[in-house]
Amino acid sequence: MSLINSFPEMVITTKADALLNWTRKSSVWWMLFGLACCAIEMMQTQGPRADCDRFGAVPRAAPRQSDLMIVAGTLTLKMALRTKTLYEQMPEPRYVISMGSCANCGGLFQLAYSVCDGVDKVIPVDVYIPGCPPRPEALTEGILKLQEKMMKEKWLVRKEPAGEPAA
Amino acid sequence: MDAAAIHQRLKARFEANVGDCDLQAKDPFIRVEPAAIVDVCRFLRDESDLQFDSLSNETGVDYKAKGVIEVVYHLYSYPHRHSIVLKVDAPRDNPMIPTVEGVWNAANWLEREIYDLLGVTFEGHSDLRRLLMPEDWIGHPLRKDFVEPEEYHGISTRRESLLR
Repeated sequence: MSLINSFPEMVITTKADALLNWTRKSSVWWMLFGLACCAIEMMQTQGPRADCDRFGAVPRAAPRQSDLMIVAGTLTLKMALRTKTLYEQMPEPRYVISMGSCANCGGLFQLAYSVCDGVDKVIPVDVYIPGCPPRPEALTEGILKLQEKMMKEKWLVRKEPAGEPAA
Repeated sequence: MDAAAIHQRLKARFEANVGDCDLQAKDPFIRVEPAAIVDVCRFLRDESDLQFDSLSNETGVDYKAKGVIEVVYHLYSYPHRHSIVLKVDAPRDNPMIPTVEGVWNAANWLEREIYDLLGVTFEGHSDLRRLLMPEDWIGHPLRKDFVEPEEYHGISTRRESLLR
C-alpha cells in the first residue's frame, strides 16, 4: 500500500513550491501608485465591474503591506527617486507591473525635460502593459500574467553551485 | 471699460512708466516699466471704475533674439467684467522684477513657477523656491538655450527610440 493511498480522501498532496506559490499568487496585494490618467483605469479595475478582488488582488495604501507595485502613469524624474525609495520599502518577494505607455517608455512625454523615460530605468519590472491608458481588462490580464509567473518560481532549491557539498 | 480707456487712465496717472497699448491683439496688452509694475497693479485693483480684483494668470516668455524675458499679467475684473493684459520686459542675463504678491496673493505660486522654469527673480517675494522641478535641479527648462542633462541622480534621461 503506497503512502498516498493511506491518506483519507479529503487530504490533497502537492509540492511545497506549488503550495507556497499558490498562497502567494492568491493574495497579490498591490500598492496604490496612481501617477496620472492610468490611475483612473486602475480604480476601475478594482471596482465592481472588473473586480480584480476575485483573483486575490486588493489595493493597499502602504508599501510595507504590499507585494506588487502597479506604476500607473507618467513618471517624472522628481517622482522617480521616490518610487525607488517606496520599492525598497516593500517586503520581498516583490513584483512590479508597469502600466501604460508612459510607465513603459515615457510614452507621449518621453521628449520632455522632466519625464523619466520608463520605470524600468529605476526599478526592475515584471510585466509591461501597453495602452494609453490600458483598459481594466488589460490590467486584469497583466495581473493574471504575473500570477502565471509567480506559479513558475522555485523557492526550495539548493543555492550552492552544482558539485559542491552543502555546508 | 475697453482697453483704450484703461490705457488712457494709466497714461494719465503714470505717464512715461506706461508704454504703448496694442489694441489689434486678440487680448489687448499694455507695456509697463518694471519699476512701476506694483504701483500700476495696485492702481488697477483699487480704483472704483477699474477694480481688477483677479489675477487670472501670470506667465513668462523667453525672447532669446531680443535678449529679454517678458512677464505677462492677465487681469480680470469680476465687478466690471473687463480684462486687460500687462507686459513687462526684463533683461535676459539677470531678470529682476518686483513681486505683485502684495497686490494679489494668487501671484505667490505663479511667480514661483516663473522663477522655476524661466529664472526670473521676483524682488520681495516671500517664498521664492522652485515649484515644479526638484529642489536640486540645475537650470531653467523653459529657457530657449536650456540643455537637457544626460542624467539625473544616475537615471539616464536618454532612451533609444525612433523619435529621437
